[in-house]
Amino acid sequence: MSTRLQKGGRLIDRTKPLSFSFNGKRMRGFAGDTLASALLGQDQMMVGRSFKYHRPRGVIASGAEEPNGLVGLGQGGRFEPNQRLTTTELFEGAETASQNHWPSLEFDVGAINDRFARFLPGGFYYKTFMFPRFAWKHVFEPVIRQSAGLGRVPQNRDEDRYEYAYAFADLVIVGGGIAGLAAALAAGRQGKRVWLIEQSAHWGGRAVVDAVQIEGTEASDWVKDAVEAIEGMENVTLRTRTMASGLYDHGYLLMYERIADHTPGDGRPRHRLWRMRAGHVITATGAIERPLSFAGNDIPGVMLASAVRDYVVNWAVSPGDRTVIVTNNDDAYRTALALLDAGLVVPAIIDARPEAKGPLPEAARARGLRVVEGHGIAKVKGSKRVTGVSLCVQAGEGAELETISCDAVAMSGGWSPVVHLWSHCGGKLIWDEAQAMFRPDAKRPATGADGAAMVTAIGSANGILNAHEVLADAHSAAGGKGAAPGAVCGEDAPMMPVWIMPQGAGPALRMKMWLDPQNDVKVSDVQLAAREGYESVEHTKRYTTLGMATDQGKISNINGLAVLSDALNRGIPETGTTTFRPPYTPISMGAIAGEARGEIFQPLRKTPMHGWHETHGAHWEPVGQWRRAYCYLRHGEGVHDAVNREIRNTRNAVGLLDASTLGKIIVKGPDAGRFLDMLYTNMMSTLPVGKCRYGLMCSENGFLSDDGVVVRLTEDSWLCHTTTGGAERIHGWMEDWLQCEWWDWKVYTANVTEEYAQVAIAGPNARKLLEKLGGMDVSREAFPAMEWREGTLGGFRARIYRISFSGELSYEVAVPASEGRAFWDALLAAGEEFGVMPYGTEAMHIMRAEKGFIMIGDETDGTVIPQDLNLGWAISKKKPDYLGKRAQERSFMASPDRWKLVGLETLDGGVIPDGAYAVAEGVNANGQRNTQGRVTSTYFSPTLGKGIAMGLVRHGPDRMGEVLDFPVDDGKVVKARIVDPVFYDKEGEKQNV
Amino acid sequence: MSKAVSALEGVSHNGFVAVAEAGLRGMITLRGDLASAKMKKAVKAATGTAVPARRRIELNGDKAAAWMSPDELLILVPYADAVATVAALEAALAGEHHLAADVSDARAVFTVKGARAQEALMKLCPVDFNTLAEGEIRRTRAAQVACAFWKSAEDEFTLVSFRSVAGYVMGLLDVSARPGSELFPA
Repeated sequence: MSTRLQKGGRLIDRTKPLSFSFNGKRMRGFAGDTLASALLGQDQMMVGRSFKYHRPRGVIASGAEEPNGLVGLGQGGRFEPNQRLTTTELFEGAETASQNHWPSLEFDVGAINDRFARFLPGGFYYKTFMFPRFAWKHVFEPVIRQSAGLGRVPQNRDEDRYEYAYAFADLVIVGGGIAGLAAALAAGRQGKRVWLIEQSAHWGGRAVVDAVQIEGTEASDWVKDAVEAIEGMENVTLRTRTMASGLYDHGYLLMYERIADHTPGDGRPRHRLWRMRAGHVITATGAIERPLSFAGNDIPGVMLASAVRDYVVNWAVSPGDRTVIVTNNDDAYRTALALLDAGLVVPAIIDARPEAKGPLPEAARARGLRVVEGHGIAKVKGSKRVTGVSLCVQAGEGAELETISCDAVAMSGGWSPVVHLWSHCGGKLIWDEAQAMFRPDAKRPATGADGAAMVTAIGSANGILNAHEVLADAHSAAGGKGAAPGAVCGEDAPMMPVWIMPQGAGPALRMKMWLDPQNDVKVSDVQLAAREGYESVEHTKRYTTLGMATDQGKISNINGLAVLSDALNRGIPETGTTTFRPPYTPISMGAIAGEARGEIFQPLRKTPMHGWHETHGAHWEPVGQWRRAYCYLRHGEGVHDAVNREIRNTRNAVGLLDASTLGKIIVKGPDAGRFLDMLYTNMMSTLPVGKCRYGLMCSENGFLSDDGVVVRLTEDSWLCHTTTGGAERIHGWMEDWLQCEWWDWKVYTANVTEEYAQVAIAGPNARKLLEKLGGMDVSREAFPAMEWREGTLGGFRARIYRISFSGELSYEVAVPASEGRAFWDALLAAGEEFGVMPYGTEAMHIMRAEKGFIMIGDETDGTVIPQDLNLGWAISKKKPDYLGKRAQERSFMASPDRWKLVGLETLDGGVIPDGAYAVAEGVNANGQRNTQGRVTSTYFSPTLGKGIAMGLVRHGPDRMGEVLDFPVDDGKVVKARIVDPVFYDKEGEKQNV
Repeated sequence: MSKAVSALEGVSHNGFVAVAEAGLRGMITLRGDLASAKMKKAVKAATGTAVPARRRIELNGDKAAAWMSPDELLILVPYADAVATVAALEAALAGEHHLAADVSDARAVFTVKGARAQEALMKLCPVDFNTLAEGEIRRTRAAQVACAFWKSAEDEFTLVSFRSVAGYVMGLLDVSARPGSELFPA
């Protein structure tokens, strides 16, 4: 059983005990523990179940590579699934729960899958659920979804906050081991702006555990001094708990800082995502130990040799009294010696190499350890924890020669450099035959904008495992002056690649050799994929799910592709690796969202009158990023009733519309008239000063893009109104043409949309209201329709446009935005006696439809040209050119068969559903019913007391009076007659009073 | 002109730095040939400063001239002077192609004050503060909206956004300045 040792533990503080729980059971640990070390210290070897077969799973590793140790952590608003035990620091009161089992971790019904493992091979889903076809959607998928997935989805709103921060540096060094520290010392002394980041809470990496001597002192002392020296450098920023998650083009590095994971609820942001722009990146990310593939290597208690060493040295945790070592290299002997130093028993070191004669094996022998050369593990005994191992010869087929009782197995299959950051932007790898590892190819790095290397890999991340050489590499890569720090560490004898143990293992053993313990991918699955024709490592990955678990195959990928290469009888470099993609380890969704949540999830644009709308029952409608009042609800009133009330009041008394959101762009200069003639389909250069003209804008392809009233302000300046959603787009469109195409035209534009609060005052009493405010002559004679005046209205600096989108007598008044609210209040006060009442966007929409006015986005959808909408009157015949003119002359655009705008009136007075199609005789080539038109706008008109609609119909204007069929839901058909789209006040008498 | 109110009517928050809406400020978008003699004269008359060089702001008490683009300046004056200043600029630039537009009411102005002012802004604006020169104006974004800022005093930045998103910008500044979220805690 695993337990806490009486002495030692360089990271734990025994004076600070912490209590936590696992599956509701109270447990104890110490400050400095990870959840993994705390659980192991309490003999919790089994911590979860695997994904597919629900096999018992224990902690394998001690760092970011851990595939098994995943728990749900926290409660309520702080619950998060899949938290990695090995990288989560213990805190007081932590509540953890194991995952992927039912009803309990100890007894799991899903473990039945394990019994049927031979019927659940790689690619099982693809093979089994093909037929019958309907069964996938209705039977298999729901069942699989029910049983799939690790962890529970959080149900509560996240209580924590998150943020971004932008940073810039000449050099970012990723990894705070001795390589990173040596590089930071060297680079820092040159005065560069340097960041050194470390994903864990501690500096020093492996060297401090492996008792390396640096510059005559213990590595731990050297690390302490180095950190102090670096902290003294103004130009270097140090960060622990900060993981470089991904490297992108131009030195853009995402760094994930876990600020308060270990102090939940202390008011600090939980995570911060640093968006770093780095001149250069040095990866000192170390290496990850590989497991060995032997039968039963997934049983709790089988761990990486380096992790066993970490638990003993860092946290004083024994994996068990008796630990068998199995290895193909010298490094694992360090674990044997560390266990001995802790007073524990190592029954045997099983070395797959025919001969182990290096300094470390000799040191082990000298301390009385049994070294079994040329052997491997045939099988691990036990189910929920290791009880023993049986030995076999590595060269054989797995005949069991001897059984050794033990509590744990420490395995080492060699090391894989952490090349993720190196590879994210295209850095290439080479296969190092001697060390059996892919390591960075310095000749083919990721390159920056200048074509030079953007990343440099140093130390173990560069494939260098010897501490002395690591320091030399780090020092020189960072441009260090003078001699590099020197280290004393024994020479390791060469390792021997071992991909299957024993090498001749038969099917029964291969089915129990786990490559990916989280997703349950075994040696036999990869071999099966190869037999079935999978040659690409990327395809094999997806077929078998190898390396697709939440650990992204950090310990399994190299072993898997070696097995694949062997099965395909080709070299490992020919197989290659799968693509390394960010993030290096999962980052929280909160960190990705940053500050964007709640009120500041996205910008919400507010007009100066927004506050009034809010307190007067506004039923909001999003229009772009604006919120506009759809209508104003009075007590107990429904939306439909409110809209009808607002329309009736506007038609009979006077209404106010907050039109501030309309785009307003000033266009000025000697060439401004010529420019606007190109932008609009009609003539704007001839518009007299003081007048307004409705205009249409098209794209180069002829499609209607925006509309609005253009105002001639002075001899050389115009004000262009755009739709609410079009203001920024049209301003950009103007600048695009001016900057890129007509750069020699003398025209300036300015988007002054937000400078003005604008109110439409519409209805028979509109003039009386303005006259009461006083200060400007708004009489019919002095101020005709489609003109504008500037002056002081009721004490406000105002520009009044006599334009009408409602068909009523109407003035649109623009005042400075800062005075908008005061002006609105003044209108309401002065208008009381005239029955003034604000109206919302829906009333505006219906009133314009009653008048047959088109709306961009309703009657247009990017495929409609002005001619379709009978807007030929707004298209100049005199102009030699305008944007869209040429396109509108193309045969399909000029075709008389295009669908054209008409009004539609249902025979029963009801409302046709929006978007309904009018059917025609026959079917098309696909067997679908032919169509001849569609509804673009449809409303109940309170003015007319019936449904009205507009639509586009083939030859529509020539077919007045015809009745069309509009099939709607439930097989019903709505019949509607083609009519003139102007339903109300056809002569326009109401607006010209 | 008591009827005129700024978007947030001067709301403020105190975190590890103090953030406040600074009230109304006269602002004029001025486009034209920045190298012309008339332009230099017009800017001098309006603000008492020279035409700012690229990415610079020339400050003079409650007036300033800021570089916005190769053919655009932002002229800052007291709010009450904006209308007259537009008229004066137009008169001074008569006969030369230009555009002067009063945008005083289209903007919101904020101050971020305190020794760690830049730490609050670092969370929102992709700007390298170490290379931000004295007297530099930076057009950038604050999270999802456009903004511009400059160092207006020791330990103080002034930030300008569009008026309609004033509430959003204040929300950003408030959250970014909350105690405990200092980027470089001592």
